Amino acid sequence: MALNAAAYAVTVFLLLPTLIIAPMSVGPERLLSFPPKGFSLRWYAAYFEDRDWLRATLFSAEAGLISAVCATVIGTMLALALVRGRLPGKGLIELLVIGPVIVPHIALAVAMFLVFEQLRLTGTLLGFAMAHTVLALPFVVFTLLAALYRFDVELERAALSCGAGPLRAFRHVTLPLIAPGLVSAALFAFIISFDEAVVSFFISDLDRKTLPRKMFEDIDFNISPTLAAVATMLTALTILALLLGFGLKRGLERRARAAGTAAEAGP
Amino acid sequence: MSRRPSRFLLGGRRYSPAASLLLAAPFLLLVAVIFILPLATLLHESLFVPAPTTAHYARAFAEPVYLRVMLRTLRIAALVTALALLLAWPVAWAMSRSRGLGLALLGAAVLLPLWTSVLVRTYAWMVLLQRNGVVNQLLLQAGLADAPVRLLYTEGAVVLAMAHVLLPFMVLPIYSALKGIPEEYSRAARMLGASAWSTFREVTWPLALPGVTSGCLMVFLLALGFFVTPALIGGPQQMMIATLVSQQVREMLDWPFAGALVGILLVFVLAVTIAFKRAVRLDRFVGSA
Repeated sequence: MALNAAAYAVTVFLLLPTLIIAPMSVGPERLLSFPPKGFSLRWYAAYFEDRDWLRATLFSAEAGLISAVCATVIGTMLALALVRGRLPGKGLIELLVIGPVIVPHIALAVAMFLVFEQLRLTGTLLGFAMAHTVLALPFVVFTLLAALYRFDVELERAALSCGAGPLRAFRHVTLPLIAPGLVSAALFAFIISFDEAVVSFFISDLDRKTLPRKMFEDIDFNISPTLAAVATMLTALTILALLLGFGLKRGLERRARAAGTAAEAGP
Repeated sequence: MSRRPSRFLLGGRRYSPAASLLLAAPFLLLVAVIFILPLATLLHESLFVPAPTTAHYARAFAEPVYLRVMLRTLRIAALVTALALLLAWPVAWAMSRSRGLGLALLGAAVLLPLWTSVLVRTYAWMVLLQRNGVVNQLLLQAGLADAPVRLLYTEGAVVLAMAHVLLPFMVLPIYSALKGIPEEYSRAARMLGASAWSTFREVTWPLALPGVTSGCLMVFLLALGFFVTPALIGGPQQMMIATLVSQQVREMLDWPFAGALVGILLVFVLAVTIAFKRAVRLDRFVGSA
């Protein structure tokens, strides 16, 4: 009982700091207060009127989308090779997969900064896309390894024995069955890129920066109330993305199950 | 990983080594250029610039300022791990004993922060803890303080905010360990006359230990190299190693020394990882998230 009470207290501790920003962000005064002294959307307007904020948001979205696609494609290929192939040096490759998780981001960030300067990749979409793809890959690979291990190969073999070519069997049987894993992986990758602050902090330049880097600067120099509006919108977006991802995954799982049953019912 | 050989086939055969390598090629290429090359270049700076030397490493240990930063980093990481464990245990336990809506609510409370931007959460703490922030207003209203208390830029604030940010990484592995313990075990222990405390000590804790180790390791490693939260909440007063590295690179432009600091951090992180190799379980997070 006491433990349950403690659990809910910790839950409040987990959620409260982030959620308390929402009511504060609609306060009209420069000095944020709780409860807010009135209601005003001026800090939201300030965000939408500021080209710097909008450009940073757009840049983050672009980097996030490109990294999500690249990481999902590259990660799926690697997961297939790890599960279904005979890969020379497999142990070493598995070590490389978890590398970006074990190595602190500050180490990677500074190291990338050093090399990106020489390659003129700082502040470029290409640089961000590559850096974020590397950071997202471990999560993508692990998600897909789980999906592929769960996958029943007999279904694919059944398709083959019914006369489907390997590519057709892959496209019509394997792909739909691992689709929930692919969606989770892509969503993971997008959020990792979109939220990534440390590498972005170093490889941004004055002109081209991501949203987290812009937020970092703003927090560091002046805690402007615009940030409260941005933080609230980001939290709302996260909740939306989680719900969407969850719903999409459930839908795909249901379809995958239906496909699996249909394949099993076949000859 | 491939104990089940002939199950994973495409077109009736396992991929040949050549085909497997082709599939892995984009990954290997990217990791070589964006992961290995940068780290190797940075470490090369620390050891061979201007000439082969270990002086940059020696400097980190010789000067009290830097030694203090490294010790503070270790202390804060340890405190964050302890606090996170203390806070995570009840949540993980409650999650493992709930079903349906209760589990969904607790799970959402853990996952939402995990996916909310670290900057948003750090910013929230700054708003709460600043001079005329919410916490100080409460303290003044309650008569617990006569003047606003300095909360930001203290070690306590850094530990609290970091524990908050890293808490999901502690809850999830402990939850997945606790979930695997049948409820009958503790009930049986209680029926045999064990007190609640000895049930916890003799039954629950040992069975949960793999999850606890995994969570502690994850939080400790992440805390050691943490940049955003200590940089903003701790300020220069509570400098940790990541902030020091950043300062050396951005303000002093001392790449060899920054490289040496990164080298020390890497050696430490790798040593801890290898010592607890079996506890590093990324799949726990992926599986539950």
